Amino acid sequence: MLVTIAIVAGWPLLRTIWLSFTDANTLKLDHAKWIGLDNFLTRQDGHWYGVLADPVWWRSVKNTLWFTVFSVSIETILGFGIALILNQTFPGRGLVRAAILIPWAIPTVVSAKMWGWMLNDQYGIINHTLLALGIIDSPIAWTADPQLLMTSVVLVDIWKTTPFMALLILAALQMLPKECYEAALLDGVHPVKVFWRVTLPLVRPALMVAVIFRAIDAIRVFDLIYVLTGTNERSMTMSIYARQQLFEFNQAGAGSAASTLLFFIIALLTIVFVVGARVKLTEK
Amino acid sequence: MTMTTGALARRGLFYLAVAIIVIYAVFPFYYAILSSMKSGSELFRVDYFPFKWNFGNYTSVFRDQPFATNIWNSLVVSSSVVALSLFLGITAAFALARIQFRGRAFLLVTILGVSMFPQVAVLSGMFQLIRGLGLYNHLSALIISYMIFTLPFTVWVLTTFLRELPKELEEAAILDGASSWLIIRRVFLPLMWPALVTTGLLAFIAAWNEFLFALTFTLTNDMRTVPVGIGLMSGASAYELPWGNIMAASVIVTVPLVILVLAFQRRIVSGLTAGAVKG
Repeated sequence: MLVTIAIVAGWPLLRTIWLSFTDANTLKLDHAKWIGLDNFLTRQDGHWYGVLADPVWWRSVKNTLWFTVFSVSIETILGFGIALILNQTFPGRGLVRAAILIPWAIPTVVSAKMWGWMLNDQYGIINHTLLALGIIDSPIAWTADPQLLMTSVVLVDIWKTTPFMALLILAALQMLPKECYEAALLDGVHPVKVFWRVTLPLVRPALMVAVIFRAIDAIRVFDLIYVLTGTNERSMTMSIYARQQLFEFNQAGAGSAASTLLFFIIALLTIVFVVGARVKLTEK
Repeated sequence: MTMTTGALARRGLFYLAVAIIVIYAVFPFYYAILSSMKSGSELFRVDYFPFKWNFGNYTSVFRDQPFATNIWNSLVVSSSVVALSLFLGITAAFALARIQFRGRAFLLVTILGVSMFPQVAVLSGMFQLIRGLGLYNHLSALIISYMIFTLPFTVWVLTTFLRELPKELEEAAILDGASSWLIIRRVFLPLMWPALVTTGLLAFIAAWNEFLFALTFTLTNDMRTVPVGIGLMSGASAYELPWGNIMAASVIVTVPLVILVLAFQRRIVSGLTAGAVKG
C-alpha cells in the first residue's frame, strides 16, 4: 500500500516539481534540461517572461479565488439553511434527503452539460422562465457573455455541492445534545437567539472542517468549468491554465511550474486553515 | 388539536421551503430526462411537462458514438479501482489500526495530505510515468492514476472503522493461533462489510465521475470513459451540439448512480461524514 501511494502520488509530484525547473516539452519529456527558475519568472531583453509574468495566469488565479470565495460561502449559507430544515422532524423527511442527494450523485460533467443546456441563451429553459415571469426582457447569454461566465459557473457549482455541505452540517446538528435546546425552550429564549448562541458555536468545529474541505476542493476546480465554458480566458482557473500549458501548448515546463504553484498554494492554505481552526478550538 | 393562524402560516412556509428545496434539487435532472425524449426541432421548444415518450436519442447515442464502449471502459476502470483500493486499503488499515510502529501518526497525516492533492499537481509527472510504463491510452493508466484519490480515502475510513472494533476479538484469535491474514479474513471482514460497502461505493462513484485524468491519459474514442465521452460529444459542427444525444447519454449514466445512491443513502451519508467530520 505504501509503495502504491509512493508510486502514484509521491513520484509524479516530485517529477512535476522537477519538470517545472526544466525546459521540457510535453512531446519529448525525457529531453528536459535544467533551466532553474526560468519557467516561473525570468528577464530577457528588458521583458519579463514565465508563468508569474503571464497576465493569463494572474487572471486564472483571480478567477479561482473568486470562484472559491463565492461558491463556498453561498454553499455554506444555503447548506446550513437546508440542514436546519432537514433537522426538523416532518413527514417525508427521508424523501427530501434522498432528493437533495441527487445533485451530488450526478457526475460533474453531466451536470455541466445539463446546466449548459438549461442556460442556453436561445433555447434554454432558464431564459424562457425568466422571460415569461417578466424578470428579464431579453435573453441572457449565460455561458457566452464574458461578464456572466463566472456567475454561471458559480451557479452550477452551488447546485452541485450544496447538498454535500447540507449533509455534513446536518450530521453535526444531529450530534448536538438535546438538553441545551430543552433548557433554552424552558427559559423562553427566542429561536433566533438560540441559533446564534447555542447552535452556531456548537457546530462551528464541524462547520470549519466542512468549509476547509470544500475550499480546497474548489481551488482545484477543473471539470465543471472546462466542460461548461471550455478554456475561455474569462473563466480560466489555475487547473485549466496548467493543463492548457501542458497539453495544448506542449509547454511541460511552464505547465509544471503552474501545477507546482497551485500545489504550494493549496498546501499553504491547508496549513493556515488547520492552524487557524485549531487556535480557535483551544481558545474556548 | 387546533392551530393558531400564525402557527398554520409558519407550517405553510416551512413546507413551501421544503418544496422549493426538492424542486431545486430535482428539476435539472428531470429536465434532462424531458429533453432526452425530444427529437429534432422539438428540442428548441421549451416544455415543462413530458408530452410523449420517444427513445430515438437513446438508440442514436449508441449508433453515432462508441458509447457502449465508453460505458464498458468506465465499468472496467471503476470496478478495478474499487477492488484494488479495497484490497490495499484493508491490509493498510489493518496495519495502521492494530500494529504499533514508529511514525504511524505521521503516516496517517501524510495519507490524508495526499487526498488533498490537486490532481493537476501530479499531472505532468503522472503523464511521464504512464508514458514510461507504456500505458498511455490504456485503461490501466486510469486504474493506476485513480488510486491517488481513492486509496487515501479508503485507508482513512477503514482505519477509523477498525479502531472502533474491540481488540478482544483478535486477541482471542491470536490465542487460538490464527495468522494475521486469517484474522483479517475470518474476524474482520465479516464485521467490516458495512464500511467496505460504503468506501467501495464512494470509490466507485469517484472513479466513475473522474474527468481530468481520463481526458489526459486517453487519446482515442474507444479508450474513453463515459464522462470524457459525454464531455467531448459533438455534432456536425462545433456550434451544433447534439443536445438530444448528450441528454440521453447523461440520463443513461446517471440513472444507475442515482439508484445506487438512493438505495445506499444511509451508508453514503455516514461514509461522507466519517471521512470529513472525523478528519
